[in-house]
Amino acid sequence: MTRLTDVKPGKKARIIHMGVKGPAGRRYMEMGVVRGETIKVVRVAPLGDPIEIEVKGYNLSLRKDEAGLIIVEVVK
Amino acid sequence: MKSKVKIALAGNPNVGKTVIFNGLTGSRQHVGNWPGVTVEKKLGKYTHHDMNIEVVDLPGTYSLSPYSIDEKVARDYIVEEKPDAVVNIVDASNIERNLYLTVQLLEAGANVVVALNMMDEAEAKGMKIDTEKLSEILKAPVVPMVAVKGIGFKDLKDAIYEEVKKHKEHRHMSIGYGREVEKAIVSLEGDVGKCPGLKKYRKRWVAIKLLENDKEVIQKVRDGGCMDIIKKAESIREDISKKLDDPETYFADKRYEFVDDILGVVLIKGKKVWTFSDMLDKVLTHKIFGIPVFLAMMWATFQFTFSVATPFMDAIDVFFGWLGNVASSNISNPALQSLVTDGIIGGVGSVLIFLPNIFLLFFVLSLMEDSGYLSRAAFVMDKAMYKIGLSGKSFVPMLLGFGCNVPAIMATRTIEDRKDRLITILVNPLMSCSARLPVYILFAGAFFIGIEGSVIFSMYLLGIVLAILMSLLLRKLFFRGKPSPLIMEMPPYRMPTVKSSAIHMWEKGSMFLKKAGTIIFLGVVIIWFLSTYPGGAGSDIENSYVAMLGHWVQPIFAPLGWDWKAAVALVFGFVAKEIVVGAYGTFYGIGDADEENQILRGALQGAFTPVSAYAYMAFALIYVPCLATIGVIKQETGSWKWTLFAVAYMMGLAYLVAAVITAAGHLLGFA
Repeated sequence: MTRLTDVKPGKKARIIHMGVKGPAGRRYMEMGVVRGETIKVVRVAPLGDPIEIEVKGYNLSLRKDEAGLIIVEVVK
Repeated sequence: MKSKVKIALAGNPNVGKTVIFNGLTGSRQHVGNWPGVTVEKKLGKYTHHDMNIEVVDLPGTYSLSPYSIDEKVARDYIVEEKPDAVVNIVDASNIERNLYLTVQLLEAGANVVVALNMMDEAEAKGMKIDTEKLSEILKAPVVPMVAVKGIGFKDLKDAIYEEVKKHKEHRHMSIGYGREVEKAIVSLEGDVGKCPGLKKYRKRWVAIKLLENDKEVIQKVRDGGCMDIIKKAESIREDISKKLDDPETYFADKRYEFVDDILGVVLIKGKKVWTFSDMLDKVLTHKIFGIPVFLAMMWATFQFTFSVATPFMDAIDVFFGWLGNVASSNISNPALQSLVTDGIIGGVGSVLIFLPNIFLLFFVLSLMEDSGYLSRAAFVMDKAMYKIGLSGKSFVPMLLGFGCNVPAIMATRTIEDRKDRLITILVNPLMSCSARLPVYILFAGAFFIGIEGSVIFSMYLLGIVLAILMSLLLRKLFFRGKPSPLIMEMPPYRMPTVKSSAIHMWEKGSMFLKKAGTIIFLGVVIIWFLSTYPGGAGSDIENSYVAMLGHWVQPIFAPLGWDWKAAVALVFGFVAKEIVVGAYGTFYGIGDADEENQILRGALQGAFTPVSAYAYMAFALIYVPCLATIGVIKQETGSWKWTLFAVAYMMGLAYLVAAVITAAGHLLGFA
């Protein structure tokens, strides 16, 4: 099981389970972080958190707390 | 006669909404607040052919489900006020996510005109969008634009005009949600149609929102007195989650599927190109350079704002001094003279003196926001701020506090989460603003010769430590839980325009004048009254109400070793902290004493010991922020309760810290 936090910057991954629940979970979905979506990890902040991902053609940042709840599979 | 219509601008953040609003309405704007909340409401007007059009600029939103107050405001306006048209501004270069809102607007039954902005950026990315096809599918006009270059405004005005004219014939694009769910929606629609309390809303929208478990809509239905619909929706929801998926996920999925289908037809995707923006990010959010670069930017901001502001502030000071002299030499009645010069002119002056700082800080802040750097600053600092119970977005306001807490607190508007924002506002005054420096310089120069620098620095440090502790404590006591999850877009870097930053600066400045200005003015007049009466103009300050107050509260400060003068000076410091220095000058009969005045320092050495002086400095740092800050806290929290709380906790904290310093000083054997 790979979590979004395990994906190295520069790598792409497909979301297989969106584990963030509640209003925040809904918000992530509205921002395009939905199951089946392929995203790319762009970078990690200088202090190690949050991370920046590319999704639906734009960039979004989220903390590891939430990223750790998103289960993905790395794609080539 | 010209017809009057209302339109609203809606769109995601960072899509050039403000530029389009300014382009449509020119200078005919009015900035206020939405009733009951501290969300900015911008109104503007323009005329096109025979139509007088009022434009409401809705807050930037990613969707129409009310996640933040901003979105709630935007949605309520669209579904309750039903504007004649909603101009949906879409960033063409980021069309996929932007269309999600478009779909929701159409679903809510709005008469949408799509302004497809930033076509140049989309082209630069190699994207090609068939706007006619898009318009056909959405059943809504689509106007390609490059707003920053002024391209597309005429077409947009025409499209709005046409849309409003044919307004009555309703035609909505609908997304299909799959056979099973559609059946449920149609059946719910029927029930909604029978509920008299829900007449004004689009039936299909209410049905879908119920299935999405939207709390606000459920409340609307409850208020409409149709409990049975809620029960029915609930059982359908259970059904959907058993057979298909969690309903919320299901609807979001379907909407994006629909957007994908549209884009499959109208969009030719470009290749990923390496942009200047990517290059900038390599440096600005770099592992090693990111933080130093950020700190350098902040330092430059300070240097710029304060070096540019100082001459203006001096000029304002001189001007009001001159005005006071003119007034006093022309008014013979002493009571009236004192009221006009010390009360009114002094009062207006103490409001206006803040303006240069506020204007400039907001100018720079707006440049940073429009360029996209503000999100990077939050990205870089988030972890550190998260540790103390805040979010990365709180960092810039906290830092600005070292300059002046007033614009710093106004800058918290970029923090969406209300709890995060309140904490940031409440601890911000602990950042030692520039007005407190004269007090430190006066006392450090009198009692800590040779180590003035370190002593003054310790004050700043004390403020930071207290801010961290208070933030943690407030989180524990009043705002349980973690800071809200970070869901922050990192927009591409864009060249900010001086014009839009100047407009932004003007809006903030005038808002400060109108809102906080009144409170500050009143406060100054009250203080003037208390320091002049009952003796009347020209009488000794020692006979005034303020002095009585000082004597009256002095016993509280006696354990700290302070006399009544110290207490009275603090009362004056309430207006603005640097006035503490001036108040001492008055007490010791030294006219025009500044913080470097040696006679004043000598006099102080008789009234304080190093320990009690240090405690006094700490107290001056922490106790009630100045009137302007109180005014702005009221304006930004929209609550007297939190404003009074801020004042009360800072009083208590100041006393506590001063007492600890005094006790520790005595224990360690200092006099």
